[in-house]
Amino acid sequence: MTAGARLDLVVTAATEPVPGVRCLRLAAAGGGELPGFVPGSHLVVDCGGRPNAYSLTSDGLEPTEYAISVLLVEDGAGGSRWAHERLDVGARVSARPPRSAFPPVARARRHLLVAGGIGVTPVVSHLRAARRRGQDARVLYLHRAGRGAHAADVRELAGDRAELFTDRRAFTARLDEALADQPLGAHLYLCGPAGLTDRVLAAAAARGWPASRVHTERFGPDALGPGDPFTVTLTRVGTTVAVPAGGSLLEALERAGVDVRSQCRRGVCGECRLPVTGGQPLHRDLFLSEEAKAAGDSLMPCVSRAAGPHLEVPL
Amino acid sequence: MAGTEAQPRRGFPFPFGEDRYRYSTNVEPARVPVSTAAGRWGATVVDVDGEYRRELAERARILAADPTRHAAAPHLRVAAWDAVLTLLRELAASYPASMRLSRLGAGRWRWENRLLGVVAEPVYGDDASLPAEPLRWVASQLQEDLVLLDERAGQLWVEAGVVTFAAGWSFGFDLGMSFLEIHGPVPSSVHREGVFTRAQEFIRRLQPHEPYRRTNWGMTVGRRLDTSLERYPEWAPERARILTVDDAAFGRLLHLRVEVQHLLRLPDSGAVLFLIRTYLLPLEALAAVEPWRRRTAEVLATLPAEIAEYKGLAPFRGRAVAWLRAARPGTGDPR
Ligand code: FES
Repeated sequence: MTAGARLDLVVTAATEPVPGVRCLRLAAAGGGELPGFVPGSHLVVDCGGRPNAYSLTSDGLEPTEYAISVLLVEDGAGGSRWAHERLDVGARVSARPPRSAFPPVARARRHLLVAGGIGVTPVVSHLRAARRRGQDARVLYLHRAGRGAHAADVRELAGDRAELFTDRRAFTARLDEALADQPLGAHLYLCGPAGLTDRVLAAAAARGWPASRVHTERFGPDALGPGDPFTVTLTRVGTTVAVPAGGSLLEALERAGVDVRSQCRRGVCGECRLPVTGGQPLHRDLFLSEEAKAAGDSLMPCVSRAAGPHLEVPL
Repeated sequence: MAGTEAQPRRGFPFPFGEDRYRYSTNVEPARVPVSTAAGRWGATVVDVDGEYRRELAERARILAADPTRHAAAPHLRVAAWDAVLTLLRELAASYPASMRLSRLGAGRWRWENRLLGVVAEPVYGDDASLPAEPLRWVASQLQEDLVLLDERAGQLWVEAGVVTFAAGWSFGFDLGMSFLEIHGPVPSSVHREGVFTRAQEFIRRLQPHEPYRRTNWGMTVGRRLDTSLERYPEWAPERARILTVDDAAFGRLLHLRVEVQHLLRLPDSGAVLFLIRTYLLPLEALAAVEPWRRRTAEVLATLPAEIAEYKGLAPFRGRAVAWLRAARPGTGDPR
């Protein structure tokens, strides 16, 4: 499978076990095994042309189905509404292979998982793996009354090591206690709304947890996420090429028949460097020095994009 | 000195794309075949060739004599099984005529290797289902050396593996060290360019199902795969002694050593699997391929002194250049 690979999936089940959360099961359109994934991985689903990331809640070992849960975001960009309205059993959907950005730490002697609201989704796949591997995992899960997505899964997977809360104060008190009372070698994983995550991070820091043992899910800084669409003008050729979200500038140039040298296609080898004569690059590579990035007059088109709607290159 | 049998040239991963060698983060997507002046390499992640049985027998001898070439770590048990299944899948997909992996049920597999006459029924995560520790067992099915890297606190650590064909390093010594510590001895000019910090960040970004590869090279006297630090007293003197042999023996004994290294993010554990496959080609066979003869002479002649020193080529580099330049096209190797 290559970096730009796509999975053709078909919806095999769609339910709404709690209001506003649509749980989908997806299988390979052609049947058979799907690429396995690391616990805590997410799937970038093409939601009517918009790439949206959803945590996988199923087990990643030899999967034949993926499960995701989509929270309806009323004031979002529309991807979740699209998933709620369009993804019924039998619907086809395209996705990029699972990406790992929130993995369990192999050396952890205990996994303390803290979830708020829909942030429970990656925690569910962590729990499945922990049970399969015989590891010590504990959960504190805060959700609104009657809106606890995957509450039954959490209880079933973690048993008496799961504590569920609908009362914020009770949760905060118990969290503080739990943070004070973990064995050496415990790791803390957080997933939830920003406000909750910030509060837990602060509480953990106050209790002396080193940053290296605290993990948050990071869709954002996934350095090579799909990014936003933009256009690029090739000043010598005299054309303008569109770069879609989820596709690289390098691929767009190649499609347009422009020959650009490349090797790694991951922003590390330095082969594909291009001058920039207009627009602001969004650097995502590992090759250019900080100074070269700040200068903004070149970029690595295999991974880097435009910070605005448009770039200009002298090709 | 060690044996001098030549390996077939056809699949040899000739590593020089230019007349000048420079250290770089030369990674590229795996499984993309590369055409060379003599053939083709790189279509698969694991490579089984005519040396298969011989190299596996040699690995078994080395492991029996020196247990420090193998290490497992309790916290990487899941990763070890992840590596086993990943590698068996790669082998079966690449060599369907001689190797087969069938699924018997959830986590239960049957492995048939006709080349070795081996049948096994591994159960994922159950060490008792294999006759040896999983990494060690899987290393008996493929020619690649293998290392597991675990990520902790933003760094990669070498914590398990089977390495019997190390080129001038010691797996036992490097075990437990970080990726950057291990590359400490590399010349300072290379470090200044940030090649290894970049490489580490690249590996940290690696995702499952997107294997990458790079090549590395050196030179070895004799067809000796195990040039680990453990056996330094045996092979180091040969590097000086080769200057005393005649030209015919020189071309037979001095080998271009190429490593094809693969990097895979394992899909269950999230650990990184690093594979090292070693190829040796004597100069006389290399010189029979005219573009290889010319280019290797150029690369060796222009190699910066500190890199030649680091790669251990200093004693014989001058003679190797002279030998290659004098070798008449097509006469290097009689076959
Ligand atoms: S192709 Fe290597 S940096 Fe772009």
